[in-house]
Amino acid sequence: MKPINEMKMTFLSRSANEGFARAAVAAFAAQLDPAVDELADLRTAVSEAVTNAIVHAYPDRLGPVTLTVKLYENGCVSVQVRDRGTGIPDVARAMEPLYTTGGEERSGLGFSVMQSFTDRLRVRSAPGKGTAVTMEKYIAPRVKGRV
Amino acid sequence: MQLELEREGGTLTALLIGELDHHAASDIRRRIDTAVLSCRCNHLRLDLSRLSFMDSSGIGLIMGRYRLMTSMGGRLTVENAGDRLERMIRLAGLDRLPVWNETQERNDACETH
Repeated sequence: MKPINEMKMTFLSRSANEGFARAAVAAFAAQLDPAVDELADLRTAVSEAVTNAIVHAYPDRLGPVTLTVKLYENGCVSVQVRDRGTGIPDVARAMEPLYTTGGEERSGLGFSVMQSFTDRLRVRSAPGKGTAVTMEKYIAPRVKGRV
Repeated sequence: MQLELEREGGTLTALLIGELDHHAASDIRRRIDTAVLSCRCNHLRLDLSRLSFMDSSGIGLIMGRYRLMTSMGGRLTVENAGDRLERMIRLAGLDRLPVWNETQERNDACETH
């Protein structure tokens, strides 16, 4: 299935960009006319994925984080958050609820929130090469047809 | 994001305004902790009613303040948690922690019937 619209952007892994990233995705996904709750779920999930890249992928340096967002005719929004950082040695373990390597002020809930707030979550990672997190969320149609 | 702190007796109320994420959390954490330690309050109230956004960084902030208050023999309460926070609280298995003002009252009511 081909997307009806697509955007890609790359920004530095500065924490100030967490708000920028979720706002950009929300503004782009607004084309599918999402409900307030659907958009809030998406913003939260994007914030988790981008924060992971900023905190874990580049622990002691700045690096690029690339966000690719695709919109589909059936109302699906696909968001990929990609980094070129350290990678995750054990993805299954990292995805366990409450597991964290981020210290005691991190809750270890990032992947659980992404999973719970979207409809599909895929994580690909290679140590030393980086991580790609892809999330899909369906936006329910509210009016007949879409743009 | 903004933080308003108000002290009344032994209670310190922190009103969080705006978007609470990982970027904002470290500054907010430092300011709340400084205020708690300098006023020697035994009750910290986190009022989330004016947050327009919160991700799991907020859970980390709440857990850290819970540890701080209980380590001093005090207590923490969290007021006005929204729908999304309540889902995250359940994901974390923290719904039985005695800090959620509304949730706790609901649990008590169920347990007495």
